[in-house]
Amino acid sequence: MGRKLLTEHINVPGIDTFEVYRKHGGYRSVEKALKTMTPDEVVEEVKKSGLRGRGGAGFPTGMKWSFLAKPEGIPRHLVCNADESEPGTFKDRELMSKLPHLLVEGMITSSYALGANTSYIYIRGELLYVLRILEKAIAEAYANGFLGKNILGSGYDLDLHVHPGGGAYICGEETALLESLEGKRGNPRNKPPFPAVQGLYARPTVVNNVESIAAVVPIINDGGEEYAKIGVGRSTGTKLISACGHVKNPGIYEIELGVPVEEFIYSDEYCGGIWKGRDLKAVVAGGSSVPILPKDLILKTAAGENRLMTYESLSDGGFVTGTMLGSGGFIAMDETTCIVRNTWNFSRFYHHESCGQCSPCREGTGWLEKVLHRLEHGHGHMHDIDLLVSVAKQIEGNTICPLGEAAAWPVAAAVRHFRHEFEWHVTHAKQAAQPGAVYPAQGVLA
Amino acid sequence: MAKITFDGVEVEVPDGTTILNAARKIGGGIVPPAMCYYTPLKGSGGKCRACLVRVAAGSAKDPRPMPKLVASCVTPVQDGMVVENTTSQQVLDVRKGIVEMLLINHPLDCPVCDQAGECDLQNFAFEHGVATTRYEEERRTFEKIDIGPYIQLHMTRCILCYRCVYTADQLTDKRVHGVLGRGDAAEIGTYIENVIDNEFSGNVIDVCPVGALTDKTFRFKQRVWFTKPVNAHRNCEHEKCSGRVVLWYKGKDVLRVTARKDEYGEVKEWICNTCRFEKKETADWTIEGPAHVDRTSVISANHYELPVVNPQVIADLPESSVRDLENNPPLKLGAGRQ
Repeated sequence: MGRKLLTEHINVPGIDTFEVYRKHGGYRSVEKALKTMTPDEVVEEVKKSGLRGRGGAGFPTGMKWSFLAKPEGIPRHLVCNADESEPGTFKDRELMSKLPHLLVEGMITSSYALGANTSYIYIRGELLYVLRILEKAIAEAYANGFLGKNILGSGYDLDLHVHPGGGAYICGEETALLESLEGKRGNPRNKPPFPAVQGLYARPTVVNNVESIAAVVPIINDGGEEYAKIGVGRSTGTKLISACGHVKNPGIYEIELGVPVEEFIYSDEYCGGIWKGRDLKAVVAGGSSVPILPKDLILKTAAGENRLMTYESLSDGGFVTGTMLGSGGFIAMDETTCIVRNTWNFSRFYHHESCGQCSPCREGTGWLEKVLHRLEHGHGHMHDIDLLVSVAKQIEGNTICPLGEAAAWPVAAAVRHFRHEFEWHVTHAKQAAQPGAVYPAQGVLA
Repeated sequence: MAKITFDGVEVEVPDGTTILNAARKIGGGIVPPAMCYYTPLKGSGGKCRACLVRVAAGSAKDPRPMPKLVASCVTPVQDGMVVENTTSQQVLDVRKGIVEMLLINHPLDCPVCDQAGECDLQNFAFEHGVATTRYEEERRTFEKIDIGPYIQLHMTRCILCYRCVYTADQLTDKRVHGVLGRGDAAEIGTYIENVIDNEFSGNVIDVCPVGALTDKTFRFKQRVWFTKPVNAHRNCEHEKCSGRVVLWYKGKDVLRVTARKDEYGEVKEWICNTCRFEKKETADWTIEGPAHVDRTSVISANHYELPVVNPQVIADLPESSVRDLENNPPLKLGAGRQ
């Protein structure tokens, strides 16, 4: 059983109230940071921990914090990105609704480290009930003197606001989030300038994922070095993985980074294997935007080593034979899954969620969806398969924000690893167009 | 000051200048195309991705290449930067892809479009696009919308460059103009077809790179290449209006009035609706002389001729009759005449 740093008390009744949370060691990190540490020491501690951003990109959090511009007389902000809307990822929702005080505590400690006196939690619009839970937790923190003026007599002031978005996926991109928070249309900004220099209201801003901010709490409580002991190599600490798809026990698991993928899928401690006694076909390891991998490549790297749940191991082999840890949305698919249909479904999502600002993404996501729709419904041609790859390549890297890549990667990877299945959809068009039609398993075809 | 190398040409520009403007300082054929960037409009640029360039060296301090192509219109230069535009095959390939993306939902109704001949998209597609399409699906279409007595919006042709949005935002007082919807369903809208009702609304026609916003007083009157542009001015009562315009003549009739554009198709001095739509008599204006036509327009001859001439034909001509393009480039726009 791995160590649980974030979710240890998640099932304690009443943990969403201040009293119970405090009784279980809550708000210790705030006391420790505000009373015994300087802001720079907190940043240093986070750097030592090796914590990497949990939102998907995996950028070291401590380094991100140290990039924050600190001009005299201009306020700085910390914004928590709680706009979790990647298909397959649902870890932040659980964390916020069950342990709202953990996020509030993390926000206070992190804001102190960054010298921010006004911080925001930007939450996805659909999670309105979570917003109410957070607002209640914030009100309790105010009432107990952990928020507001002169927190714990340290002279540090902090106001914390929760702001709901309208439910657009694009507002999870940090600059689009800031635009939306400012009350504008959620279009991503051109970079540079980066948010660390000109973010919210043109002030220096740090945008962090919910889980990253929550992880600051155990880091300050136990020390960064203690946190860094967990994990493998540059992937330190624990990570919430939201497992879904055709596994026996879907749900949210806090794992120590470095657990083998095979153990994660088949061990009873985690997913418990594939449901209905079926075989695993493919896995999307980090939310819908990361490349899909077939069974043999997700369990073992191309070099034949066991793949581990770490940033490095999952991306071993680049995009040719690897994928990414991403945001931890682990989607397993059994042998009855139609990869073309699944890819079409992902594409439909990105088509719907593209903001329409820059041309490759606006036009390309729709194009991908239409071609995939055609293939899935038995109207495709062989040349459509190469067309998909070509269009994905035209989008990738040429857009303002990473949504373009998020739309292109899954399509390119699906064709890369499951080209035979796309071809089957062309050659067996009538069969493929039947509802529930599935590409026959390898053995059956031979 | 920062010194950069753009396609092998060195140029020195003030700090904070964008790569595109540095390239424009060099001028000529190496300037990246720009479909959405518009110098006078704050915040414009970065959207169409037509101006993507490769930064082969970030700066003198950090000479690593940038990992992705960057939009030259919004990326500031740094001392020692090395930029590749026409010298990079990657950039040219990507640009071809951008043309394709911009055209898949464009109706390509150039034969009936008033913008044809002075259309940025037409020029861009002609220079960088391919003759065929791989797009088999239905194209996105919209109904035409009248916005006010003078302007018609035809969203089907729109490439969502946001120029008109910035114009409406920065030039006019009451903003009832923006982008509704998202993705490929996004459209320029005027909130339930509110009329853009102010004295400078006509400028959105000039900034539109395609034929999405057209002048209703000129619609279907004449192909632009059959009209003669003449510079003229009048003393306009409106304080923000420059009164300096181009009159487009067919015979003795002034068919339309536009603001003056520079060589990159950008309006430098805005004009009011009175000058644009109401004053269509020669007697209203003081004539300055024929207007210089920009490099990208079919109105200026020869722009489209060079690529279609068989190289053998040129080779067979006596040397004296062949224009040495290398040393005597075609007359640069805006040079000499205004």
